[in-house]
Amino acid sequence: MLASWPLGGCGGVLDPQGPVGAAEKLILLNSLGIMLAIVVPTILATLGVAWWFRASNRRAVYRPDWEYSGRIELVVWAIPAMTVLLLGGIGWAGSHLLDPAKALASSAAPLEVDVVALDWKWLFIYPEQGVASVNRLVAPVGRPISLRLTSATVMDSFFVPQLGTQIYAMPGMTTRLNLQADRLGRFPGLSAMFSGDGFSRMSFVFDALPDAQFQAWAAAAKAQGPALDAAGYQALARPSQGVAPTTYSAVAPGLFDALARTQTPPPPAGAAVAMPTAMEP
Amino acid sequence: MTAADAAVRSPHDPHKLGRARERIDGLPKDAGRGQGGPAPKRIIIAYGFWIFLLSDIVMFSALFAAYAVLQGATAGGPTGRQLFNLNNVAIETGCLLLSSFTCGLMMVAAEARSVLWTQLGLLITGLLGLGFVALELHEFADMIGQGAGPQRSAFLSAFFALVGCHGAHVSCGLLWLGTMMAQLLAKGFRPTILHRLMCFSLFWHALDIIWVALFTVVYLLGAIR
Amino acid sequence: MFGKLTWDAIPFNEPIPLISALAVVLLVGAVLGWITVKGHWPYLWREWITSVDHKRIGVMYCLLGFLMLLRGFADAIMMRSHLALAHGAGQGYLPPDHYDQIFSAHGTIMIFFTAMPFVVGLMNFVVPLQLGIRDVAFPTFNSVSLWLTASGVLLINASLVIGNFARTGWLAYPPLSELKFSPDVGVDYYLWALQIAGIGTLLAGINLVTTILKMRAPGMGYTRMPVFCWTALAANLLIVAAFPVLTATFAMLLLDRYLGFHFFTNEAGGNAMMYVNLIWIWGHPEVYILALPAFGVFSEVVSTFSGKPLFGYRSMILATMAICILSFMVWLHHFFTMGAGADVNAFFGFATMIIAVPTGVKVYNWLFTMYGGRVRFETPMLWAIGFMVTFVIGGMTGVLMAVPPADFVLHNSLFLVAHFHNVVIGGTLFGIFAGYTFWFPKAFGFRLHEGWGKAAFWCWLVGFYLAFMPLYVVGLMGMTRRMQHYDNPAWVAWLQLAMVGAGVILCGILCQVVQLVVSIRRREALRDVTGDPWDGRSLEWSTPSPPPLFNYAVMPNVEGEEAYWGIKQRALRDGLAPEPRYAAIEMPRNSPTGFVTAFFSTVTGFALIWHIWWMVIAGLLGAFATFVWFAWRDEDEFEIPADEVARIDRERRRVRQDVLLPSLGRPA
Repeated sequence: MLASWPLGGCGGVLDPQGPVGAAEKLILLNSLGIMLAIVVPTILATLGVAWWFRASNRRAVYRPDWEYSGRIELVVWAIPAMTVLLLGGIGWAGSHLLDPAKALASSAAPLEVDVVALDWKWLFIYPEQGVASVNRLVAPVGRPISLRLTSATVMDSFFVPQLGTQIYAMPGMTTRLNLQADRLGRFPGLSAMFSGDGFSRMSFVFDALPDAQFQAWAAAAKAQGPALDAAGYQALARPSQGVAPTTYSAVAPGLFDALARTQTPPPPAGAAVAMPTAMEP
Repeated sequence: MTAADAAVRSPHDPHKLGRARERIDGLPKDAGRGQGGPAPKRIIIAYGFWIFLLSDIVMFSALFAAYAVLQGATAGGPTGRQLFNLNNVAIETGCLLLSSFTCGLMMVAAEARSVLWTQLGLLITGLLGLGFVALELHEFADMIGQGAGPQRSAFLSAFFALVGCHGAHVSCGLLWLGTMMAQLLAKGFRPTILHRLMCFSLFWHALDIIWVALFTVVYLLGAIR
Repeated sequence: MFGKLTWDAIPFNEPIPLISALAVVLLVGAVLGWITVKGHWPYLWREWITSVDHKRIGVMYCLLGFLMLLRGFADAIMMRSHLALAHGAGQGYLPPDHYDQIFSAHGTIMIFFTAMPFVVGLMNFVVPLQLGIRDVAFPTFNSVSLWLTASGVLLINASLVIGNFARTGWLAYPPLSELKFSPDVGVDYYLWALQIAGIGTLLAGINLVTTILKMRAPGMGYTRMPVFCWTALAANLLIVAAFPVLTATFAMLLLDRYLGFHFFTNEAGGNAMMYVNLIWIWGHPEVYILALPAFGVFSEVVSTFSGKPLFGYRSMILATMAICILSFMVWLHHFFTMGAGADVNAFFGFATMIIAVPTGVKVYNWLFTMYGGRVRFETPMLWAIGFMVTFVIGGMTGVLMAVPPADFVLHNSLFLVAHFHNVVIGGTLFGIFAGYTFWFPKAFGFRLHEGWGKAAFWCWLVGFYLAFMPLYVVGLMGMTRRMQHYDNPAWVAWLQLAMVGAGVILCGILCQVVQLVVSIRRREALRDVTGDPWDGRSLEWSTPSPPPLFNYAVMPNVEGEEAYWGIKQRALRDGLAPEPRYAAIEMPRNSPTGFVTAFFSTVTGFALIWHIWWMVIAGLLGAFATFVWFAWRDEDEFEIPADEVARIDRERRRVRQDVLLPSLGRPA
């Protein structure tokens, strides 16, 4: 539709690398096209009418009492109404089709990843593989990724612009998101919800690897590095910025659910930070 | 102020619905409805005050909404059913409803220009209101004593904020009532005093309406759950 | 003794806030000193500070708005210049804790203390004049509203020097704004400043709703009110219905912060998303509180400068009220990415798009108002045309983001930032400037300089496109808002272009300052003797410029949709109507109540921010004493004698006879 110059290839939402992002780009451009079809004539008509009926133009007919026309009223209510009906249809269908919680149609079983937003980094837990990573999300190309997200701090928003849909990571709540990368590569990810002083350095990378390489990465992560136990989590949860990607060889069971619990009791007086009690053995 | 004076001294209220006379305060009866020019001062004041009350009700509705969202969020702490003492609440309700009745009688006395009965009406209204506030404070102190203060859970935060906001309104109303008694004593039935009494009475009745909603939503439904 | 307040609160080690604070303190001190030396205080106190005249209060509101525009714009230019530098290895010149304060302050100030005072000021000044009445319903409360807003302004600017401002964004989402994550006074400054100003705004809303519904000139039925009054009515109904929600929401956050409640905390069952819902239940109507009066200004301006009645008057009223109601049904579109589910998102998306229908109708009606007209391109009309073009683009990107799947990738991006600046600058601010130029002669008796006004318009228009079109682009490239630093080299050029745009806007603002100075210096040449400098159509143009204290010697009789146009045409045909019988007029007395109330509010607010409890009690006692003292007043009105009224009105009639009628008699 529209030339995506100069935006293609710059890592933006007009350069999607997966089915979700591609569908959203299509909806975005279609909606824009529909609206431009009436917006551009409206702007031109505004400028044209204003110029033609300038006071110095004696050829323009002056109709000082012309203030109503039922037919025109009908048209001016109908044009936006019909445009909105059309767009509303797109919006309605799109919301259902691209519901973030909806599993993607695929022959492959999705890769499960639990995402925790921390100050100011992202923790990715791979329950099947039993490993975790920080600030680097790795997934096999062409296979759906099913994410559960929460926050162990303030609100954040998980967003890989080239994969599409972002979603909030909120304390005490779990959100779901389904994405897929169709092309190999490394795509930037970020938090799209301001979360404090370290916010702009809260970026991560998304690596879409061939399945074999993904398995190799998971096995390597499993074989080395520290385990994410209670002490390890305490250390990780401390506010820090620009953290280099690392991996954990094991994750305390139930960590994500503990962090996402809605019912945290009030902190005892004097305790600085409430820690999930479920992590203690 | 003579025109307004004449209006408030008239034997029956010309502003009652459906009883508008041809001319009010020397203005045509459609005054304030677009055709006849501005409405008389009394109407404007009452109208403005009504809009203020509506905005106040909107504020309460936000607190009600917060309560509705958070009423299950007890965080392992006590629930409403465990905490609420309906006998206590029944007496509070009785005090407040009765005070609304005496407030109405006070306005009747004011219409009849009886300083004694108006003051008496204000006094009884005030005492009943004071009783309400005292009972509510007692209830709060009791709950806090049991470790069920607003810091215990989001449910209790919402409870204390909603009920406390109503209580704060009643307390402000009591301060207002005191100044009205003093003004009446010092100045008698001037038009401005009558306007203020009218606003006070509207305020007091509105607090009653909010209490009825609060009583139902918080205490009755809370005791059932 | 002084709670949390110590010498550490003054930023001695941070040069940027310290120097700017010193500059502001010196400037304010110089102005106050100049007033003292010149001995203007008694005059200012008597005629302005204690004034309950809606016209003067309107003017003071606008002045406040203009000053805060300068402050908010200073923040903007710092952000733009910082972002042009802070990429890759470059760190810019603002550390995150300072940058975060700046964007929070920019948003808060521009919405609450620039746009709101300007809009409320215009409504205050114009609505009673257009309705043909002498003042608003509650003149003293009007003064209270103004000074409470000023109190909020004072507190928010005090945070520049004493302590710091919030680092949470302009809506202070919890849990970030909770004590655990924002332990310093920044969020408290934010909350108390806005609580105090919010109460002022609520009072102003009640005042204007009552005024419009109950105090119109004889014959001014609902379908004869100027569209500006209709939009003012809609906006003030929204204020009355929405601001209490803001007050309640902030009260809950304050309870969390001060008394350890758990409304929005991470612990004990608190629910931060409830805050987000509540704040947008206020926040979306707020958008229309700002936009609708601007639409009203454009309706007046387009009709006046096209020399035609507004096209589709009743359609415009319907559109205005439709927007007013619909604005309460769309708040969730600010957080489609919460994961609410497809049906909820689709419903709110569709409801949002529906608002585009009445808005679109308005644009077409303005277009058809120009059609068949004699369009005069004076400054107010330039703003109107600039608005129509710009606003349509902003509306389009807004509807685009109402499509939930599109919002999933655009939410919180600079595309969003570009969108709302597109509608707030292109809609509200252009409307404010159009109204400012349009009604300035009515307020002061002389017109603003045309040349400088046009220069300001072109700078603003060009600057706006240069500054915000690049933001649409970087938004599509995946740049999110509120970033203090970025690494993507592809964004640099666009952000530098945006900085150039901000510079051009700066030129526009400078042109406006120069315009004001030049206009005051050349006021004799720009004098408006007729009271009707633009060949106006509504009642305010029948008064002299500036109007007398009582506005109308006798209440006008309204006989049609365009009250003054009808009177003018009849006068043109038959000459002036016979002299009316003049009677004495009762006007409200000036009162320091507003100023004193605001003084105690400021004291109480400041004490609450710094936990100085004795001062809180003192402030509250002072406020109560003011209340009692105000209630004890015996004389709240004074009388302007009939001969004085007659003298002033005969002068008006003489001018109309001499100046206005011959010029109207010319073949057009």
